[in-house]
Amino acid sequence: MLDATLTPPRLPSAPGVGYKAQHFTELRAAPGPVKWLEIHAENYMGDGGRPHAQLRALRDDFSISVHGVGLSIGGEGRLDPDHLARLKHLVGWLDPANFSEHLAWSTHGAEFLDDLLPLPYTDATLTRVADHIDEVQEALGRRMLLENPSSYLAFAESTWSETDFLAELVRRTGCGLLLDVNNVFISATNLAYTPQSYLDAYPLSAVGEIHIGGHDEDEDDHGATLLIDSHGREAAEPVWALLDHALVGTGPAPVLVEWDNDVPDWPILRAEAERASAALAAIAAG
Amino acid sequence: MSKTMKSVAIVGAVAAAMTAHSTTTASAAGKEKCYGISLAGENDCAAGAGTTCAGTSTVDYQGNAWTLVDAGTCAEIELPALADGTARQGSLEELDRDLPA
Amino acid sequence: MAVLQSDFRAALLDPDHPMPEGLTDGAGRPTPRRFSVYRNNVTVALIDALRAGFPVLHKLLGDQNFDQLARLFARAHPPTSPLMMHYGADLPAFLDAFKPLAHIGYLGDVARLEVAIRCAYHAADSAPIAPARLGAVPPEVLMRSRFSLAPAVRVLSSRWPILDIWRYNTVPGAPKPRGIGQSILITRSEFDPEPHAVSEAQLAWLTAVRANAPLEEAMDMATDADADFDLGPLLTLLVRHNALTDMITPKE
Repeated sequence: MLDATLTPPRLPSAPGVGYKAQHFTELRAAPGPVKWLEIHAENYMGDGGRPHAQLRALRDDFSISVHGVGLSIGGEGRLDPDHLARLKHLVGWLDPANFSEHLAWSTHGAEFLDDLLPLPYTDATLTRVADHIDEVQEALGRRMLLENPSSYLAFAESTWSETDFLAELVRRTGCGLLLDVNNVFISATNLAYTPQSYLDAYPLSAVGEIHIGGHDEDEDDHGATLLIDSHGREAAEPVWALLDHALVGTGPAPVLVEWDNDVPDWPILRAEAERASAALAAIAAG
Repeated sequence: MSKTMKSVAIVGAVAAAMTAHSTTTASAAGKEKCYGISLAGENDCAAGAGTTCAGTSTVDYQGNAWTLVDAGTCAEIELPALADGTARQGSLEELDRDLPA
Repeated sequence: MAVLQSDFRAALLDPDHPMPEGLTDGAGRPTPRRFSVYRNNVTVALIDALRAGFPVLHKLLGDQNFDQLARLFARAHPPTSPLMMHYGADLPAFLDAFKPLAHIGYLGDVARLEVAIRCAYHAADSAPIAPARLGAVPPEVLMRSRFSLAPAVRVLSSRWPILDIWRYNTVPGAPKPRGIGQSILITRSEFDPEPHAVSEAQLAWLTAVRANAPLEEAMDMATDADADFDLGPLLTLLVRHNALTDMITPKE
């Protein structure tokens, strides 16, 4: 369990965007309501050059959140000590307001599979993930946030609901949660439950950050709707409604707009941030 | 070459280099521009790939078959034989045969 | 029944491998299309990463040939690190041994050039030497001194005109490649790597200096390659592109 006094400064309860290098100049000239940026940790683990220079310039104007995609917290093997050391180095010099990772695995042996792969919710998985979170929090000397995944399938062996699983991880490790409302909507649709029932069972008091983004629609072998977490368009209307619903429970929180494929020009991404800003304003106004 | 001649050659090379200006210190005022990659259509090609935390709806069910299909710009490149007589590789004739444009 | 990550991984990268049992839709029915989402995610992400890392190779081969090559390479050589910026370092060797494209002999070396440019882009920052320091020591001391090059500096040599090929595919209006071999020095003045063609003698000099040889030895290597070698143009190029970072004079 992490020492709570080590909790770093929080992100502002305002809109943020996933940072893309092509937005560097326009973003700084016309940020609109954007007060913070999220970067993928692994993209700043090179030795230097433009990525580092941009980051040093951006931190003057924005709070920074570091989002890892390569730690493989749910991996069956031990955490990669080299990768953990690289992460510690990045978090050390950048001193971000948040560090978050995914409830997923992405590494197998020496291979990195470049996707967030799903986990069965069992006692064995719970123990392993809790141990890995403890190890990360100890190495970084700070509390981390854990993000709920987009699920495309279920494991017959699962004995925990995802919400109980996450709540138990919070209880065991003292970690916080990153609530991705787009992922909630995708998983609920794909696995045939209601997103509202998920939020009702979810430990909203542990939320340190919220994600929203776009998805694509497909169908499975049986003709059922299969949503895919593509981050390649505006967030869908029911996902915005779910954000409003979540904010009632969490109160004002940092809300990140994710757009990773077919990245648009800055004004289009900023418009999504403006929509998140309006949702936050509505909550603040009660 | 004698040691003296070598030294003379080096002094000349150093003198030339010392009058050279760094391409970046001369344009320090343009530093802000160098940070960004904002010009429309300009890609930061050398950066390579980033990570992703998104999925894709692009379907790729392809097996491991290999079939040469279209040709890119390699069909436009015409190279004469290597001087050392190495068997001709990359010639236009062979490209024409194997890679229909 | 527990689904092991090794089973999951085996089915991810091999389209002929059956998906693991025990994976279902929300109603407990088996559903291969759902597992295929992960297959697509991994395969498409790796192909996209290779497209981003090898823009010139992509242009040379065209979309479909490149994607086929990338798919075969990705399945045989998935990344070994979450630092995707470095993915594809093994592609040049894979291309050298790839029979269906063996008749286009330069592809492996063009891929090597693209890997080197990418490494230079992400290399550590460094401060250039003040050029005045070079003139501040007597020539005989200079001859026994060693030089440090910037971490971004890379040197390559090919039997093929790889710089011509690279320019033909990146610089609008660049001439067609000539039938020559080319040696290349990559510098990074600030953030953008820049490849320069160098002569055999310049290559010999750079190779010696990178091996930490003193200047006199590097000069001997260069004059062995070309008796008329003049260090001036190369030294000027290194200074102009912030590629020279230190000079270590001998201890007396």
